[in-house]
Formats: sequence, structure tokens, C-alpha cells
Amino acid sequence: MKMHTINFTINGRKESLKVSSNLTLLHMIRENLALTGTKNGCEAGECGACTVLLNGEPVNSCMVLAVECDRAEIMTVEGLTENGELARLQESFKNLNAVQCGFCTPGMLITAYELLQRNPHPTPSEIKEALVGNLCRCTGYERIIQAVEQASGE
Amino acid sequence: MKKSQKILALIGTNIPRVDIQEKMTGEALFTDDIQFGVKLLYARIKRSPHAHALIKSIDTSRAEKLPGVRAVVTGADFSGRIGLYLKDRHIIARNRVRYIGEPVAGVAAVSEAVAEKALDLIQVEYEPLPALFLPQDAIKPDAPLIHPDLGEYEVVNFIFPKPGTNISNHFKIRKGDMKNAWKNCAAIVENEYYIPHIQHVPLETHVAVAKVDLSGKITLWTSSQSPFAQRDLIAKTWGMSPADIKVISPYVGGGFGCKAGVTMEALPVLLAMKVKGCPVKLRLTREEEFYTNFVRQALLIRLKMGCDAEGNILAMENTMYWDGGASTEYGVNITRAGGYSSTGPYDIPNVKTDSYCVYTNNTIGGPYRGFGMSELHTGIEQCVDELANKIKMDKVAFRMRNVVESGDILATGMVMHPTGIKACIEKVAEAIEWGKPSEPSAPHKKRGKGIALMWKAPAMPPNPGSSATLKFNSDGTVFLSIGGQEIGQGAFTVAAQIAAAGLGVPMDWIRISKPLDTDYSSYEWQTVASRITWTMGNAILDAAKDARKQIFKIVAKAWKENKKDLEIKDGIVYSTNTDKKISLKDFVITGIPKKKDQGWIGGPIIGRGKFMPTYVTGLDKDTGQGKRAVVHYTTGAQGFIVEVDTLTGKLEIIKAVSAFDVGKAINPDLVKAQIEGGMVQGISSALFEQLVFKEGVLQNPNFVDYRIATTMDLPDKMESYYIEVPQDDGPFGARGIGEHPMVPTIAAIANAINDAVGIRLEGPPFTAEKLFMAIKAQNKSVD
Repeated sequence: MKMHTINFTINGRKESLKVSSNLTLLHMIRENLALTGTKNGCEAGECGACTVLLNGEPVNSCMVLAVECDRAEIMTVEGLTENGELARLQESFKNLNAVQCGFCTPGMLITAYELLQRNPHPTPSEIKEALVGNLCRCTGYERIIQAVEQASGE
Repeated sequence: MKKSQKILALIGTNIPRVDIQEKMTGEALFTDDIQFGVKLLYARIKRSPHAHALIKSIDTSRAEKLPGVRAVVTGADFSGRIGLYLKDRHIIARNRVRYIGEPVAGVAAVSEAVAEKALDLIQVEYEPLPALFLPQDAIKPDAPLIHPDLGEYEVVNFIFPKPGTNISNHFKIRKGDMKNAWKNCAAIVENEYYIPHIQHVPLETHVAVAKVDLSGKITLWTSSQSPFAQRDLIAKTWGMSPADIKVISPYVGGGFGCKAGVTMEALPVLLAMKVKGCPVKLRLTREEEFYTNFVRQALLIRLKMGCDAEGNILAMENTMYWDGGASTEYGVNITRAGGYSSTGPYDIPNVKTDSYCVYTNNTIGGPYRGFGMSELHTGIEQCVDELANKIKMDKVAFRMRNVVESGDILATGMVMHPTGIKACIEKVAEAIEWGKPSEPSAPHKKRGKGIALMWKAPAMPPNPGSSATLKFNSDGTVFLSIGGQEIGQGAFTVAAQIAAAGLGVPMDWIRISKPLDTDYSSYEWQTVASRITWTMGNAILDAAKDARKQIFKIVAKAWKENKKDLEIKDGIVYSTNTDKKISLKDFVITGIPKKKDQGWIGGPIIGRGKFMPTYVTGLDKDTGQGKRAVVHYTTGAQGFIVEVDTLTGKLEIIKAVSAFDVGKAINPDLVKAQIEGGMVQGISSALFEQLVFKEGVLQNPNFVDYRIATTMDLPDKMESYYIEVPQDDGPFGARGIGEHPMVPTIAAIANAINDAVGIRLEGPPFTAEKLFMAIKAQNKSVD
């Protein structure tokens, strides 16, 4: 397999890696960089557990090749927390018990984070629409939607 | 200070989840996140493409020669059988395959890609056999046998296989006088319902990593609800001591039953035995998770119910054919649970139940959140609606009249304990404004209301044990060692709350010892059956009692006081007799110095506790009668308002309401979170979910074709309530609530649909397509 050198920024840190042509961004994040907060739920772009920001856009990292990320800016769930301090969005997830098993949570947080960047005061239906690609089997979503709403409040 | 006041501060309080910080930051460790270094090998499994066939030959020689392949295993490598209640399953098929997806060979290699490539090089020759895909076909006398050796399998004493047939368990209830009962009925309803296979689909697929050291000892890292049951089952299967197997289980990314018992975890163990010293990882792909993981068994249920003119249910005949799949090692107990709870939460004097677990060549059936109960109640609660209709009685009034109450003799002979089901019915009826029409949002739309009740007992062997250990540190903090798993339900939080309340220390002094590790964690049978808060909670309270006893002994001796006058609050021991005080941190490790430097009293405090129900009895094989079939029943009700678009068949849920009797809500917000999440999973199973098999081949093994509920599928409004009628042997009166919220959902929605458009479908999912076709047929018959 042909190897490529790529340079990128992840969670504000500059990295340079040699990657094979078929390595996905998901595997690069989890295995080469050991950022295991990003989860592997289906590897088919259907569940949203592996959502990360690629140049500010939420993507299913299982559907992106690492070689496409040369010069890119990537953000994973680990990038949401600054010096161990939870961001406002994480605080509201915490306050509302918007988490159960926690496996979908990293992807959920990233998608919601991007929504709030783009639309600081979304309506519940805008939140639902934004999160439709992030599956959760435990919570029933209601608390997640409320948490995003709470984080967007005054 | 009264004990009850001290407890009130922690019990019944919305303490934040103890796992929340880790789960917010991506730090929470799941099995696939553990780093194993360069020795790690990757396993892939060659699976049967046939639903039923004899294996004529397997040639693995080419795979073994592929560079990077370290081990290849087939059924020839191990002859033993595994199973929780009935040992009917080979880890890898031997001589015969019984479902599509059954393992026939396994490969461990330096990468998943090499392992996949090796699978293609394994040649398997099959001789196809006739396959059975419906339980009603498999029970026919001339049906080919899927397990000709059924009579030789090891089985627990409460499961009754019928060798020479495809029936691996037949549970019976014979109570009362059926013949005369029917004669006295003013109305009788007979119906048949079919509840299809569904899949658990936790977001985290199954993953297990096994390592066998040179002496043969096994370490297994798994995403598991049952590290101890896995250890013990694997030990038994290989004839090893459980002490030579260590199961380590970090956080679980969703279980819902599918990570109980042993399913795929023995496969990497078998491979690891061939490459000693190297960890071998098997992670199921999402596709494998769909078609090879244990499924929720399909059920064909035939019900006959009758009542007198006043609306008293007099008799019920319930015949259930469970599609057990190719192995029923766990499924036989689902059949039993369906059997002993077969009346639903009703007081019925005459009962005849036959619950059959039937082998088919479908994927293996296993436990799924409230196993058997959602399926059973889908039948019963629709039938109850029909019966009330037939005698023109209000459906809520009909239920209130017949519902089970404290002191009733249940169908098994057990006496019912106090329960708050009537309060649950009232709460739900009030919340959906039962009896009051709800205006549809457009002329072509119709609204309806439906209600369904439920009960469920923890389904388990009679004597599953729990234990807990509390180990103090020098600053007063406590390690709580438990074997109950955090699978999202909040078990660790509730465990810590119970420990803190039981000891009398601040909540943040309690630390859960994790990950679960069978070498260090206290024994727990399995995190299943909604039993953990109740049983593990009792063990923790027992451990707290033991620790307090030790603490009081030391302090009483040092202060020369009576132990009975001592109390602990906020981590400080004080005397109710004098004004003396001492913080736990001052002595729980070091002890208390005697006066004038004349030695010490005490030493490190370790509290140990256990709980095991000792009162569950066996049931008669032919009548299902016994003194006490189960430990207890959690009861509840759900009500739905739905709107059906008669032009498209699309169903919208306007309002969904739940009420359950939890005995005592130790953490009320977590109780509500369980109810909401379970209800949405129930809605998902009612509206979208079905594993579509075609000659045993799963047609929809992905999230596009097997839809689960998303953010866009929620009811417009959801409400959850709980009632607290205490459980006499529950910690602070608590009972479980993990599984119950999805049990009545399908039936409640079906009843609401019937109220809206007068249609009853044979079974879920109630898709727009099915509703549209039924409405069309209805219009035609009216024309």
C-alpha cells in the first residue's frame, strides 16, 4: 500500500503522519493518534458515533480517508475540554443527565457544538434536524435536545 | 438524629451521575479503547452461508500458509458445548451448521485485512439440509430435527426439553377448571399475534480480547453485562477453575441484554489458546452485530380470554411459540418467563398456558430488555382491549376491575405482594385525558387513545447472588467493589448513593472500583433482569452494616461507651449520649490510640456484604404451580395519543405517558431517564423495527434498512411518572426499572391505532405502508 505524508492540526496541535492510502480518518484518530474518545459504531456513515469536525464541518470520520486531511484542521471530543474544564455544552449534558452508556456522546457533542457555532440559538426542531444522523439507543434523545437548548440559552 | 433523616439526604435525591465527567470528555474507557501494543492479533470469523447443512470437510491449509496468519481454528479444535441454561451450542460449528452466520472457522492474524484474506482461503464443503424458519413448522411431528442430540445436553432443573422434537422447553400452567370457566363467560375473544425478531443494536458492537498465558490462564477483556457469568461459563466449558480466568470489563456502550451470558466472547479465547502470550481481539462489524448477534426471539401467540357480563375475566388460554433460533441456551428461560407471567398483570382464576421454545434455523434468540415481556404483553393487552370492547365496557374500568392486587393468588400459586399498578393506571389515564376525544390536526387525520399495562419479574435462576465490599482509605474515602456493571442505566451512581447512605458518609467519599475485574470485584451474577438496584443495593447495604459494626466496636471501646449510642453522619462518628465526635478519617486505617500512649484499638475497616434471594421455589413441571415463582413484580402502565394520516398511513405520536411502580426512586431523575429511554426504544420497536429474513438470510443488516428511532421520531410530548409502593426486601424499598419502560409500548400504540382507525395489524412494526394498506382494505370493505 502506498504511504503518504500528511500534515494537519488536531485539537489545536500540529501533527505529521505517514498514512496508507486506505486508512480512514476514524482509524487514524483512534489508532495512530490514540484519541479514543471518537467511537467506531458502524464504519458505514450511518450512526454518527465517529463524528468529528473537519475544517469546521461535522463529518463521519469513518467515511473520510486520512489522505484527504492533509493541511486540514480537525477537532475531536477531546478538543472540547480546555484544561480539564467542561465546555458549556458539556455542562448542560451533565446537568440534564443527557448521557447513559456514553458511546454516542462524543459524536453527539461534536455535532451539537458545530450547530451552536453556526446557529447560537437553535429552535428544538433545528436541534432535532441537526442531530438526526447521530443515533442513540439509550436516552430517547429528549434530554440531549434539551441540553443543547440549555447550552444555547442566555 | 434519626436514621431516616440521615438517609433522606441521599436517597430520593438527584445526585449527578458518577460516570458523567469521563463520558463528557471522551476519557471513559470502553473495551475497544484499551491499548494492547504490537503483540495484538486481530480475529475474523468464517461464517456459514447455509441455514442448515452438514459440514463435509474444511480445508484451512492455504489460510495457514498466508503470511501474517498466526492461528486458525475450526470446530475440530474443541468439542465442548457452552450455554447458560441448556448447553446446546458449539463455540465453532462441528459437523453441522444451524443458521446463517454460525462460526465455522476463525483466524487470528497481524491485521484485520490479513485475517479477512485468510477467511477467503478456507474451503468448506457443505451438504445442505432442509431448513425450518417458522416455529409452527418446526413443531410438526415430521419436522427434521435441528438438534438430534437434544436428550444428551446438560440442562438446569427448571427447563424441560423434549428430546426427539424441536422443542427445547415446554412450560405449562394448569390452574382452575377451564371447561366450566368458558361456559360461564358472557364474552370470549380469540386472537393470534405475531411479534417479529428485532435486534438490540447497542451503539458499541460486541468486542472481546483474549489472552492465554503459557500456563494456560486466560485473561478476557470484554464489553460485558456479565463478567462473572462469562468467567464461570468459560471455566465450565473448558473444565477449568474460575480462578484461572480473569475477565476485565470496562464501560459498556449499551447492552439491552445482548452482552449478557457468553455470545461471541469464547471465539477469541479459542484462538488465543493457539497463540499463547498474544492478545487476540474480535470486534463484530455492524453487519455481524445485526445477523450473528443473539436476536429478540420472534413470538407467535394464540390467546383466548373470556369474561362474565360484569367484566370479570374468568379464563385465559395462552399458547406461545417462541422462535428460539438455532440455539436456545439462553432462550429457554425466556420461554419460562413468558410462561409464569403469562396472564399479564391480571387476576384470572382459570388459566391454561403452554409456552414452547422451538428450535428453528434462524439466528439465535437471546435476552432482550425485559425478555419475553414486550412480546407477551403485545398479545395480552390487545386481547384485553378487544374483550372490553366486546362487552362494551370502558377499557380503563375493565382493567381496574381485573388488575392484580396485593394478596391475589397468581396463576403459579404465588401470592401477590403490594403493588401500585392501580395508581399507575390512574396517572396515565389522567395524563392522556382518557375518555375525552382529542381533536385531529386535519380532516383526513384521525386520533386515538390507547392504554396498556405491564408486569415483569426479574427472570433468573432462583438463587443469583450479589456481593459488595467497602474498603476505607486513610482520608475516609471508600472504594466500593461491586460486580454489577454500568451499562448506561446509572448502576454506579445508585450503588454509590446506597453506599454513602448506608455508611453515613458524604457521597463524594465513595469511589467505585473499576473497571470490573473478576479477580478484584465482588461477585455479581449478571447485570440483567432489572435486578441490580435491588439485589446489588441490598448487598451494599449489608456491607455498610458490616463496616458500621466494626467502626462502632472500635469507637465504643475507645470511648468506653455503648455501641448502641453511636451514629455516623457526614463521615463523623458521634455519640448520642455524650458530645464526643471523631471523624472516620482519623481511625479507619490507623485505629484509635489508647490513652497515655498505651497501644491502639482497631485497624483497617473492610465491610463485606451479600444478598441472595433464598425463597424462590420450583414450579411443578405439569401444572406450573409452586409457592413462589419469582422474587417480585414491577408493574406499570403506558398511555398514548396517536394521529393517523388516512391518506398516507403515517402515524404521529401526539403524547406518550408512562407510570411505573419502582418501590422507591433512589435517584428520581435517573428513574425518569430510564423510563424515557425505554419508552423511545419501545416506540422504535413498535413503529420501525423488524429483522427481515428471507430463507434465513437477513435482508436489512444496517442502519439504513433497519431503522431505529432518531431525534425526528419522538412523540410531540412525553411524560414519565413513578409510584412508590415499597418492596419489602428492596434497599429503601426499591425495585428495578431498567427494562419495564418498553414492555407495554407496542400494545399501547396498537390500542391507540385501533381507537383511531379501527384497525388491528397482526403485529409490529406499524409502518405507514402497513397502515395505509389496511385503511385501503377497510375502505374497500365499507364500499
